[in-house]
Amino acid sequence: MEKLLQMKGITKRFGDITANDRIDFELNKGEIHGLLGENGAGKTTLMNILYGLYTPDEGEIYINGAKVEIKSPHDAIKLGISMVHQNFKLIQSHTVIENVALGLKDTNFFYPNRQIEKEIRTFSEKYNFKIDPNVPVWQLSAGEKQRVEIIKAFCRKARIFILDEPTTMLTPNETRDLFRLLKFLREEGISVILITHKLDEVMNICDRVTVLRGGKKVGTIDIDRVDKDDLARMMFGQDIILKEREEYSISFDEDIVLEVRDLTVFSDKGLPAVKDISFDIHRGEILGIAGVSGNGQRELIEAITGLRKVARGSIKILGEDVTNVGTKEILNKGVAHIPEERMRVGVIPSMSLEENIILRSYDKSPFSNGILLDYSVISEYAKELISRYKISALDEKIPAGTLSGGNIQKLILARELSISPVLIIASHPTQGLDIRSTQQIHELLLRKKEEGCAILLVSEDLQELMDLSDRIAVMFNGTIRGIIDIDRASIEEIGSLMVGV
Amino acid sequence: MNFIIEILKATIPAGTPLLLGALGEIYVERSGILNLGVEGMMIMGAISAFGITTMTSNVWLGILTSAVVGGGMALVHAFNSITLKTNQTLSGLALTMLGLGLSGLIGKKYVGVPLPNKLHNFPIYGLKNIPFIGPILFDQDPLVYVSYALTFIFWFFLFNTRFGIELRSVGESPEVADSAGIDVSKIQYLAVFIGGVMAGLGGAYLSVVYAPAWIEGMTAGMGWIVLAITIFSLWRPERAIFGSYLFGGIRVLQYKLQPFGISPNLLNMLPFIFTILVLMLAAKEISRKRISAPSSLGIPYFREKLL
Repeated sequence: MEKLLQMKGITKRFGDITANDRIDFELNKGEIHGLLGENGAGKTTLMNILYGLYTPDEGEIYINGAKVEIKSPHDAIKLGISMVHQNFKLIQSHTVIENVALGLKDTNFFYPNRQIEKEIRTFSEKYNFKIDPNVPVWQLSAGEKQRVEIIKAFCRKARIFILDEPTTMLTPNETRDLFRLLKFLREEGISVILITHKLDEVMNICDRVTVLRGGKKVGTIDIDRVDKDDLARMMFGQDIILKEREEYSISFDEDIVLEVRDLTVFSDKGLPAVKDISFDIHRGEILGIAGVSGNGQRELIEAITGLRKVARGSIKILGEDVTNVGTKEILNKGVAHIPEERMRVGVIPSMSLEENIILRSYDKSPFSNGILLDYSVISEYAKELISRYKISALDEKIPAGTLSGGNIQKLILARELSISPVLIIASHPTQGLDIRSTQQIHELLLRKKEEGCAILLVSEDLQELMDLSDRIAVMFNGTIRGIIDIDRASIEEIGSLMVGV
Repeated sequence: MNFIIEILKATIPAGTPLLLGALGEIYVERSGILNLGVEGMMIMGAISAFGITTMTSNVWLGILTSAVVGGGMALVHAFNSITLKTNQTLSGLALTMLGLGLSGLIGKKYVGVPLPNKLHNFPIYGLKNIPFIGPILFDQDPLVYVSYALTFIFWFFLFNTRFGIELRSVGESPEVADSAGIDVSKIQYLAVFIGGVMAGLGGAYLSVVYAPAWIEGMTAGMGWIVLAITIFSLWRPERAIFGSYLFGGIRVLQYKLQPFGISPNLLNMLPFIFTILVLMLAAKEISRKRISAPSSLGIPYFREKLL
């Protein structure tokens, strides 16, 4: 096998944290190489170094045996390295063509679009998929956006494709198409690095795999010499036992906490995003909402929490009509909201932990006497919650934005669950979190369920929905495609409802 | 009929400084940088063009100087907002204050001085005989023709070249442009510089062609109107023409309506009343067409964020 790329002794520190600790990585020509590890294991950091987004503190990179300096993505692209990021690097308001044209140095200076359009059509015919080069990117689905990214890499004549968690946003069908495409690319002699934490994907498509743990390399190994258990051991360092769901009851009360009737809500673009939806959630029940993002889940949640106007229909909490009554009033009914975009909606990153913790109760005794805040009480309270919810933070005075994703999420849960809610609205509560934080958050939600909370759980992670929910509603194109009891649900069935089959 | 032609013919020179400034500011804002220093760069362009023309009797040399001075001032703003990543609003305002003060100081000795040489109208043979539009569009001074050409060039480059895609991408999302291997700073520096050059030219047009004279504070808020036109044109060069000539027309009306006994104070308010109207209209159109300002307008770009 021909060695295309070698990274030797790569070290990268962010402040006190060592994200990559003397990592060696090798890539052959024409292979699909998995880069496996938990969130925070240093996979993305390593690849960002290869792509020139980060400068390593130590270490060397060789391509075809020659030492190279990669100081910026520009250098990486010149060396034939392309990266498809988890958050697509696409310009939403520009067309597919313009996105592909961006950064292509060898196109015509005048009318670059004409040439690119031809290349996109050739590529999509060759590999047999459809894409309209003239639509703005914001109109595309996640899978289509990803294809645009791959076309971009291909048009730049990349020899090394880095894909960062490429299947997170995809439906099962789109994932199959992606893997088919990657195999085509492998036949062309292109090398693919697949960053992932999903063992199935590695077993499915990779030739070799490199496992990282806590910023260090565990090893590189041929796929046909390992099985999933071996890889899990390498990833986590020990056999991890996932809790069986039988430990939790799936029974719930008859009392209805949330009643939604014929709800219609419009999107930002003024189109109906939620269409005549009706459902109930009972005391002690978790209702999961499955669906590919962008099918009305966000608008539904915003309507229930009062952030978006209800066009038609009604929402009742414990029998009281709360349609269009305003967010504060709704939250005061005992609604906890764990929003999707935790950094943007969940916390105020520049304010301290204690201030974030009292965001919902700053105006109430004992934190405030009506005019002034009592910081000694606030600080005591914050300390207590920080230890109870196992938030790892230096102290309660540091800005919330300096915490990691998992700790920010725990901070939000601490604030929201401490109001003793009757209804919890949780939107993608574990997205992008490592397995330990995910487990902690699942346990918190299940405990609240046992205490009698009604929980609306929106997630794209089908396994999470299957593990937690009592019933699962599948949203597609603004409607509910069916509500399935968990003991009769299968991932395959939900998966096909999600894509509207 | 002749009265209408006369008004429209006067409208174009009155709108030309605005058009030049707006074309530049469109590029600046398309790159994600907000430069509120247009007023300052315009007036520095005006005084430098006037001064150099008076000294050398060469109008074109004066105009060229204004471009260099405008561009040079813009580079100060570029350094502040791109390299130092300071607050763009403050830096731009400072540039305006600096320009207004400095031009007054330099211009003391030029107040009331007649310009030794000026640009004469240069009717274009053939085209000027087209009924109605001929005398309006093609019986103007050479710099007006240059402004026509620049409008086309600015439009063409923005939408039909690789540079245009890069410029628009940088303003929409510097992260994406950066990861596509675009030198974000370079594009932004270039755009801000172009903006300064154009504002300088706009000022020069005012002092050596339109007036032609040096009066302290002669831009009289035109720099701010340029910023309004930039929004009104939805950041599209070809639409800047309409906005600029609309305000040019209002300026002409100010003079033409004076003999009818309307208070000059009221007439002086006209451009600014229209500025508010135009911004309201633009806001409506922006929401209807779902277009928006370049997404990263005014936000400094840092590449390596901490964890």
